[in-house]
Amino acid sequence: MKKGALTVIMLGAIIALMFTALQKDRSGNVPQEKLKSRYAHKVNASVDHSLFQQLKKKFTKPQEVTAACISCHNGRAAEVMQTTHWNWERSEYIAGKGIRPLGKKNVLNNFCIGISGNKQSCNKCHAGYGYADSKFNFKDSLNVDCLACHDNSSTYIKASGGAGMPDSSVNLNTVAQHVGKPQRTNCGTCHFFGGGGNNVKHGDLEKALFDPSREIDVHMASDGIDMQCVDCHTAEQHQMLGKMYSVSSMNRGRVECEQCHTGMPHADDVLNNHTLKVACQSCHIPTYAKVNPTKLYWDWSTAGRMRDGKPYEETDSNGVDVYMSIKGSFQWGKQLTPDYIWFNGTASHYLVGDTFDPSRPLKLNELFGSYRDPDAKIYPVKIHRARQIYDTEHHYLIQPKTFSSKPGDGGYWKEFNWQRASEEGMKLVNLPYSGKYGFVETEMYWPVNHMVSPKNKTVKCTECHTRDNGRLAHLGGFYLPGRDYNPWVEWLGGGCIALTLAGVVLHGGARIVMGRKRKGSNLP
Amino acid sequence: MKKEYVYRSFERFWHWLQAVLILFLGITGFEIHGSIRFFGYDQAVAYHHVASMSFLVLIVFAVFWHITTGEWKQYLPTRKNLRAQLEYYILGIFHNAPHPTKKTVLSKLNPLQKLVYAGLKVLVIPVMVFTGLLSMFYRYPQRYEVLSLNINGLQTIALLHTIGAFLLVAFFIAHLYLITTGRTVTSNLKAMITGYEELPVDTEKRDDDASTTSVSEVNP
Repeated sequence: MKKGALTVIMLGAIIALMFTALQKDRSGNVPQEKLKSRYAHKVNASVDHSLFQQLKKKFTKPQEVTAACISCHNGRAAEVMQTTHWNWERSEYIAGKGIRPLGKKNVLNNFCIGISGNKQSCNKCHAGYGYADSKFNFKDSLNVDCLACHDNSSTYIKASGGAGMPDSSVNLNTVAQHVGKPQRTNCGTCHFFGGGGNNVKHGDLEKALFDPSREIDVHMASDGIDMQCVDCHTAEQHQMLGKMYSVSSMNRGRVECEQCHTGMPHADDVLNNHTLKVACQSCHIPTYAKVNPTKLYWDWSTAGRMRDGKPYEETDSNGVDVYMSIKGSFQWGKQLTPDYIWFNGTASHYLVGDTFDPSRPLKLNELFGSYRDPDAKIYPVKIHRARQIYDTEHHYLIQPKTFSSKPGDGGYWKEFNWQRASEEGMKLVNLPYSGKYGFVETEMYWPVNHMVSPKNKTVKCTECHTRDNGRLAHLGGFYLPGRDYNPWVEWLGGGCIALTLAGVVLHGGARIVMGRKRKGSNLP
Repeated sequence: MKKEYVYRSFERFWHWLQAVLILFLGITGFEIHGSIRFFGYDQAVAYHHVASMSFLVLIVFAVFWHITTGEWKQYLPTRKNLRAQLEYYILGIFHNAPHPTKKTVLSKLNPLQKLVYAGLKVLVIPVMVFTGLLSMFYRYPQRYEVLSLNINGLQTIALLHTIGAFLLVAFFIAHLYLITTGRTVTSNLKAMITGYEELPVDTEKRDDDASTTSVSEVNP
């Protein structure tokens, strides 16, 4: 009786243990609720700039606005002049190449290739006025464009092809009297349209984020917490957190989810264990380019076709360009599943003049990392592929001159002549051009960081832990439960089970047959 | 024939709970392994963890029981009668030959059972427990930077755990079948449920009653 009681007690204890362990935590996520209340509180500006006399005098040049700004905010322009938004380069260590200046000023990409061939257009997004050529004065604080980031009137735009100067339609007084903390519109005007159109480059940064729903981005959602870019991309003396590996290579100054969320934010320990090797983005951004397509492939080699002797453009059913005489042909995609790579926060970078083997795709910004690397995690990326022009003798990429400011200057977009564009473009980067060009496959890697989905839309276990072509099907170097197995073990194990079953059936069958026989023979 | 109390209450409880847990761990485990789909992956992982923790608790009690009662001695492998037992399963059983090993309360396992159960107890189960715990906790040392305990991957651990799982499935099948090879088709099953089994009266005089009493007086 005593033993029976003990047994019941033990059974009860084990059942209780199982139920307690499986009980879902219903107390709610307190840290997350605290975060929500913090960001739900929107701060109003403490001063009304429209009342300041300095901003009421008639501005005729944008530099006059800058002078007015720094007459009160002294020292701020000097801060801006220390930033990448202004210098478009900074000293970065690149593995195998040493410390080099790296930034928009000198890198090549596989979109519009580089600013050197087209400063008038590209430099529209420089945080300054008049960066039209290499003679631009980076020391003149009056050239700092305060308004691009601080306009809260939503009327400030920079002129197309104007090298950073404001559009003629802009009323500088209106803008100057309505300044404040940067909004999504300020950042998005440049960062959503990189590469010459909406969502061309990033895939996760596009005009849908001006006014997104929770499904598109749970943080920026207009119908939700409505966070602004600068809530995460915080700044200290105008040095903003956050960077893109298209123009940088070091593991520093990154925006991390852990700035607000902890490194172990889940109620479930099994999920928390993932955070050691899996970046938050990998599960929480199941798709990117959720609303509008992003460019996936750019073939410069088909550029230059004419229709009736004139350049032309073709668009597809989404309304995006699939062919432009000035740029070649494109492939786009939306609602895309990211590619996944091991990434430790450091990257290599193709630098102007680097030679390469043209028989293989050239990685312009290889992201480093592997399973064995303790700093590396699995990150989602967009891979942008292209065929772009290179010097077939020198085996380096060509910076062609694309923009044409006057006839006969070699700009490809006017003359459609690769020879001339290459000759003139390579002069701008001070490298010899052999006179022979070809097109080479290149790849760029763009980590996907935005468009975080609501928690019920995150990547499900079996989208990776599966044998049939899951999200991580091609990511090697480690054992992933549910995906990986040893064929020998499976085969031998299955065989062992099959043999046992066969043995049981045969043995049992024989016993039945023999038993019947015995019974039969025993009959009189 | 004499009705004997062969399997004590804890022993039966341990046996059946272990059976359920191993079956449950097998189903959830093979779902985690990607072989089957049943509960859903996240549920399978959660259930597998809880079942494994329950199994650990049960193992602690079972080990204690085996040691304190001296029952562990029953599992010591022996070569005595091993060949006869094999021949019985290959030939004798078909001709209704008698079991070569006499089952008694003090020696309730035949030599083949001793061999297989001992293998499970000292090899398969410990390997499963060890590799299972490592699978669950192998990241913690890394997280707290105890680098001497750093494990670089699940590959080997998972391989061993999988091999063990396959062996347990095969054992499970054979074990279910061998239930039917007792004195009658159902006598083994009944014995493991009720604890009592009709056993042939031992011709060699043993002090059965005394030892039974001493066992039952052990109070864990």
